[in-house]
Amino acid sequence: MTQSSACCGGKGGDVTVDLAKVDGIIDKYGRDRAGILGMFQDIQREYRYLPKDAVAHVCRTLGVPLAKGYEVATFFKALSLKPRGKYTIQVCLGTACHLKGGPNVIEQFERELSVKTGDTTADKKFTLESVNCLGACALAPLVRVDEKDFGKTTPGTVKKVVKAF
Amino acid sequence: MQATAEQIHKIAQEHLQKQRAYEKVLHVCFGPGCLASGSKPAHEKLSAAVEREGLSRKVLLKKVGCMGLCGRGPLVVVGDDEVFYQGIGKRSVDDDVEMLVEYLKTGALAEKLLMDGPEKGKKYTHMSEVPFYSCQKKMVMEDVGRIDPDSIDEYLAAGGYTALRKALSMKPDDIIESVKKAGLRGKGGGGFLAATKWRSCRDAHGSPKYIMANGDEGDPGAFMDRALMEGNPHLVLEGMIIGAFAIAGGQGFIYVRDEYPLAVQRLVAATAEARRLGFLGEDICGSGFDFDIRIVRGGGAFVCGESTALMSSIEGKGGEPRAKYVHTVEHGLWNLPSNLNNVETWATVPHIINKGHEWFASIGTAGSKGTKAFSLVGKVQNTGIIEVPMGMTLKEIIFDLGGGIPKGRKFKAVQTGGPSGGCIPADHLDKPVDFDSLYDLGSMMGSGGMIVMDERDCMVDVARYFLKFLVEESCGKCVPCREGVRRMYEIVDRIASGQGRSGDLEHLEELGKAIQLGSLCGLGQSAPNPLLSTLRYFREEYEAHITKKKCPAGVCKPLIKFTVNEKCNGCMVCARECPTECISGEKQKPHVIEQDKCVRCGNCFEACRFDAVTIE
Ligand SMILES: Cc1cc2nc3c(=O)[nH]c(=O)nc-3n(C[C@H](O)[C@H](O)[C@H](O)COP(=O)(O)O)c2cc1C
Ligand code: FES
Repeated sequence: MTQSSACCGGKGGDVTVDLAKVDGIIDKYGRDRAGILGMFQDIQREYRYLPKDAVAHVCRTLGVPLAKGYEVATFFKALSLKPRGKYTIQVCLGTACHLKGGPNVIEQFERELSVKTGDTTADKKFTLESVNCLGACALAPLVRVDEKDFGKTTPGTVKKVVKAF
Repeated sequence: MQATAEQIHKIAQEHLQKQRAYEKVLHVCFGPGCLASGSKPAHEKLSAAVEREGLSRKVLLKKVGCMGLCGRGPLVVVGDDEVFYQGIGKRSVDDDVEMLVEYLKTGALAEKLLMDGPEKGKKYTHMSEVPFYSCQKKMVMEDVGRIDPDSIDEYLAAGGYTALRKALSMKPDDIIESVKKAGLRGKGGGGFLAATKWRSCRDAHGSPKYIMANGDEGDPGAFMDRALMEGNPHLVLEGMIIGAFAIAGGQGFIYVRDEYPLAVQRLVAATAEARRLGFLGEDICGSGFDFDIRIVRGGGAFVCGESTALMSSIEGKGGEPRAKYVHTVEHGLWNLPSNLNNVETWATVPHIINKGHEWFASIGTAGSKGTKAFSLVGKVQNTGIIEVPMGMTLKEIIFDLGGGIPKGRKFKAVQTGGPSGGCIPADHLDKPVDFDSLYDLGSMMGSGGMIVMDERDCMVDVARYFLKFLVEESCGKCVPCREGVRRMYEIVDRIASGQGRSGDLEHLEELGKAIQLGSLCGLGQSAPNPLLSTLRYFREEYEAHITKKKCPAGVCKPLIKFTVNEKCNGCMVCARECPTECISGEKQKPHVIEQDKCVRCGNCFEACRFDAVTIE
């Protein structure tokens, strides 16, 4: 896993946004307003979250009111306006995972990492999130760390998962 | 390039010939489940071993989509007679790969990797012997798990895009008529007749007309649409192109759930391939018909599966639904005529065109024709993706295909229809699974999640789970849904924490009815279903929480306590499994659970093989 080249700086740990890069992403969607969610997702892939400066730049370029940009940025769960850790741990709490013990797994992550669901560890290594179904329900409870899936997890496997990164 | 029918035929034939040159084709499952249980490293090792042993001219290794029996993955299926190997690498990848290579070299079956039959010592050799497969009737899933989804040649060799060519030679009205006679109903939840929608959209004024596929699959616990999109993306495209031709559509969109990056990647690649051979773009197959498809990623919002919210999201706005008195077939995306169907609905269309509406209508029940894919998960032996004829009973699905409930426990309920559906109890296991009978039972077909629950699942907890989900996913536009569902959640949460009061249940029923009547979109209108259905069938369980302050299933944490009884022989297994290390006791001496530190996760209960942990 490579970390984005952008360095941390500015207020509140926000990254410095490379506007040329953002322009490239906007162009990829033909500068079409309909592509705004996709643009935000691509920007987020770059910075691991959606920096406010990038939202402002996209809105300015597309001629969309800032409020409309934030409507999209805050509506969708996939977008985060808060900086995230190096790795994102998603614990599935979909129906199958809920029944098979997903809640116990996420609680164990909270204890193991001393962090609440939705937050990032002090060392900025992990962000812990819950999701509603990752689409591999036959292997419930499922945990996804970035792109790697762990199936049939238990509170006992939490340590192993954390150690693997 | 505009490939002619002859050129396409040639590509297909050459591809088949190439495959026939191999003695054996070995399919490795790269479906969502098998990937999570390690099919990638298994494939790499297998591939290296085949090379090393000089078998690469004899054996073709193919990466395929979901084979269905995800719970037993990684799966490998070999040859025309489909020898079925499971759990590859569960103990040791190297050993298992060695056994497989030995099989490829000598033909001696790798016994250890075969699936156990019902009798001790008996194993199933071929896929067709395994009841999980033999009881199914595959249509949309037929080639998922057989073909390499990254290759259009594979799809063509399996007869792909022949239905499109046939449809393009038909009159659009005749296509709609055929789909109507087939009785195809939408598989995204509502079961609306596809042909009726197509007809209205074709007759609506405005241009271009938009054709959309719903691949949002927000229903937690369901992943059959994912298996379809990742396992056979061209089938979805082909169905959509046929539909677009019938409706006179100009631009298409497939809206895919954000959590499915591989589905997005496969669909994008498939559209490029289809464009290359002239199945998409201008003058499709020389017919003069123009149509193209774009793939749009969702943003992780359940409500965006709803048709108007989905369109709002494609337009680049937040995903808020609007009232349905303006029909989307007339005024949908960008206010133009729009036709949305679920991806599985689209994937059914090529089969109807190729095999005829009579054939299709001969499968299923009087009111629900054809087949339906389900994700069979939860407390059932065989978890995974299935496709069955409409009208199969719940009992057949859960016990014959699914192999019953693990750990010798008792079946309690099956949840269908996701957050819009309900829980069906054991008394109704003999009911057929179709749109209408599930609705009569207070649930619904939904997009196809089927979650099995056993005696260790608490229905109050299940209702609370869905209400919490819906509180988080309500878009907040209308009051009955935004406020009403929250109040319902608070009441059920209170009941689950032992703070229930008399009158709560009546209040919940009243609220439920008001929310059903007063909400703007399907999310709110169906939000009370999980609660109302559990209240209908499991009222005594709610009453036990309220009056006795007990959770009979032993799930609701504030109401339960774990203790060790006299059966404990001090094996220490529970102590090792305890995440908070609150179980003490020496080897071969009875253990004790320190109640202050216990987080009531139930790990000790699950781990104990001597029934020595009790839930009070
Ligand atoms: C809250 C909500 C969520 C929905 N989610 C989905 C979904 O994930 N997939 C789907 O195909 N349909 C979903 N639907 C149904 C769609 O609104 C629509 O009826 C369907 O896509 C039409 O296709 P069909 O007629 O082929 O079923 C949802 C509806 C509601 C109200
Ligand atoms: S419910 Fe967890 S992966 Fe689907």
